[in-house]
Amino acid sequence: MTGSSREMTGAEMVVQALKDNGVEDIFGYPGGAVLPIYDELFQQDEIVHVLVRHEQGAGHAAEGYARSTGKVGVVLVTSGPGATNVVTALQDALMDSIPLVCISGQVPTPLIGSDAFQECDTVGITRPCTKHNWLVRDVNDLPRVLHEAFRIAQTGRPGPVVVDIPKDVQFATGEYVGPSPVTEQKSYQPKLQGDLDSIREAVQLMSEARKPILYTGGGVINSGSEASHLLRELVQLTDFPITSTLMGLGAYPASGKNWMGMLGMHGTYEANMAMHDCDVMVCIGARFDDRITGRLDAFSPNSKKIHIDIDPSSINKNVHVDIPIIGDCGHVLEDMVRLWRASSTRVENKALAGWWEQIDKWRARNSLAYTPNKDVIMPQYAMQRIYELTKDRETYITTEVGQHQMWAAQFYGFEEPNRWMTSGGLGTMGYGLPAALGVQIAHPDALVIDIAGDASVQMTIQEMSTAVQYEAPIKIFILNNQYMGMVRQWQQLLHGNRLSHSYTEAMPDFVKLAEAYGCVGLRAEKPGELDDAINEMISVDKPVIFDCRVANLANCFPMIPSGKAHNEMLLPDEATDEAVANAIDKKGKALV
Amino acid sequence: MNAQHKPTGSAYFIAKETEQLETRTLSVLVDNEPGVLARVIGLFSGRGYNIESLTVSETEHEAHLSRITIVTNGTAHVLEQIKHQLERIVPVHRVVDLSIRAREKGHEKPLERELALLKVKGEGDHRVEALRLADAFRAQVIDANTEHFIFEITGRVSKIEQFISIMRPLGLIEVCRTGVAALNRGPDGM
Repeated sequence: MTGSSREMTGAEMVVQALKDNGVEDIFGYPGGAVLPIYDELFQQDEIVHVLVRHEQGAGHAAEGYARSTGKVGVVLVTSGPGATNVVTALQDALMDSIPLVCISGQVPTPLIGSDAFQECDTVGITRPCTKHNWLVRDVNDLPRVLHEAFRIAQTGRPGPVVVDIPKDVQFATGEYVGPSPVTEQKSYQPKLQGDLDSIREAVQLMSEARKPILYTGGGVINSGSEASHLLRELVQLTDFPITSTLMGLGAYPASGKNWMGMLGMHGTYEANMAMHDCDVMVCIGARFDDRITGRLDAFSPNSKKIHIDIDPSSINKNVHVDIPIIGDCGHVLEDMVRLWRASSTRVENKALAGWWEQIDKWRARNSLAYTPNKDVIMPQYAMQRIYELTKDRETYITTEVGQHQMWAAQFYGFEEPNRWMTSGGLGTMGYGLPAALGVQIAHPDALVIDIAGDASVQMTIQEMSTAVQYEAPIKIFILNNQYMGMVRQWQQLLHGNRLSHSYTEAMPDFVKLAEAYGCVGLRAEKPGELDDAINEMISVDKPVIFDCRVANLANCFPMIPSGKAHNEMLLPDEATDEAVANAIDKKGKALV
Repeated sequence: MNAQHKPTGSAYFIAKETEQLETRTLSVLVDNEPGVLARVIGLFSGRGYNIESLTVSETEHEAHLSRITIVTNGTAHVLEQIKHQLERIVPVHRVVDLSIRAREKGHEKPLERELALLKVKGEGDHRVEALRLADAFRAQVIDANTEHFIFEITGRVSKIEQFISIMRPLGLIEVCRTGVAALNRGPDGM
């Protein structure tokens, strides 16, 4: 129907615009103010609607769907509590640059501002947690706004948008127009191509580097699979060592020889030391987040910095850079690879030999080491077994937030982009389970595992019911230590081991809970039982909740304590109780 | 205006801002649509930027464009962020730092004017003195009876400030100010 124009109701327009923008699946929850749209959904079968159990779940499911496919995730919620419940997911998508279109119902236009039943100022509430939002008061504006919503969500730096549609506008009749190939919008024009002179300058600087590093982020994933190919090509051409943020895992394969592991607060020793000591840093689609930089005034003091980002406001926000390049990672990498090939001043392999020697010394420090245990499952061991037993399949990993998330990032080796869904910027406990649901809806035949913590998973566990309804065989693998592990770790570091409210005294029986939902419940308590149980989890064609009882007091290392620099990491073999208690000085305690 | 100046830096390591604060005047061209002013103001409060003065009105009716003039202060680094963050707002067309532009053209600062209305109540000598000073400041009397005057004064912010402080002991009752309107000198537009 693209480009055609015909009379229809606002509710029909919504469904038509979704179809015209290539939407196949949406996640939502009905309510009074969106009933006309639900009525239209009922009368068609092109778009599949997934009924969640809470609107936050719809938001995270759409995020998982979007992150694993590169498409826009679509959410449909009602007014008032429907809209407020989705706010967490919107902010999560904003911080991790995930394209979402959230359509919300609103009370009829004449009632707006009267404190009507289930009324809230949705555009007011969601203004700071969206890339843009609209309240559509006239049905004739609706088609244009819906198409704009899709354009804004997925172009430039992707992000969430909200279209708030009063109920009378859903009933009103107007003229529908399909998406137009040329945009009428003048104000929003993201720049994709990087400035060629700056790229040339960057390539020159890179060719002269003796201690270079590539520091990549979620921007490479967002740019599409071609950007990951180009990144791999660049690494191959330059032989530079490469590290990545939490969000960027998978853009470069973990099995690649130049891979140093994740960097940042719980990154590897080699990655952080190389960041600190490098002479040229190439930041590609990452944003110098505080979990990455550690102490800012001691951050990589001797390097020239190149920063590629599609969002001009990311440049010089936290760290001053020498060569900013504003553009899409894929486009800039393409130019970079081309110019590198053409340049006569290539790095000789020997030039980097000393740097690689140093990196190998840091690697030998084996910063992810932990003390194995014959009687108790170490959480790191559980991650290693999950990885070994699933790496040869088409596997997608989501996580909640906390220690388990860091262990998953440290021990699961991602070979491809879009296989890793985690809440990085906002750190939303409860993200992983609904995100896994979204991933599974997009990839029905893939193995989708949510690496969860016992505390996080209970925040959105109601979505197991959704998984059962849609026969989405997601696997919820809980590293159960009965604690909010990361909270406890910080209490040990910062608050004299006073474990204030970080222990869950009443834990549900996760196996029985799984059965109550109509899923399969599994449990492993000893290292020897683990492989069989994991294999059973994989082979069951149903949603599974796996209660993996792990060492209760294990902590996540290595770690850059608050207020410290990259070269002041706390390593696992040095993390005695005393070292942990004294790792952070008074000044550092005020930080997050 | 409302927000305290907050150091930016990382929350992970809060560095003290030791740099000098600068005052700048920004011109922001936006689509005149519902909520656009809330987006701009929300950005300032949400990110802890300062607003010293804000003036807004539709300036191109046919294109539905409004021009927002914001006087803000911050370190050079914060001011750069403010400009980029404003440019991220979807209905924002252009952001011009008039102060920088003026300097590039060899001027000290852009042309800035503000209008204020002052109500002054008094009798006898105070009344005579108020009128005499208003004349010296080229303020207009736009309303009066035997007990009060309302003065209209236009000029640079410093002139308005001075006039207000002079009127205070002479029976100043209330003041209303428009905030700064600003353009750069010369024939070129923003």
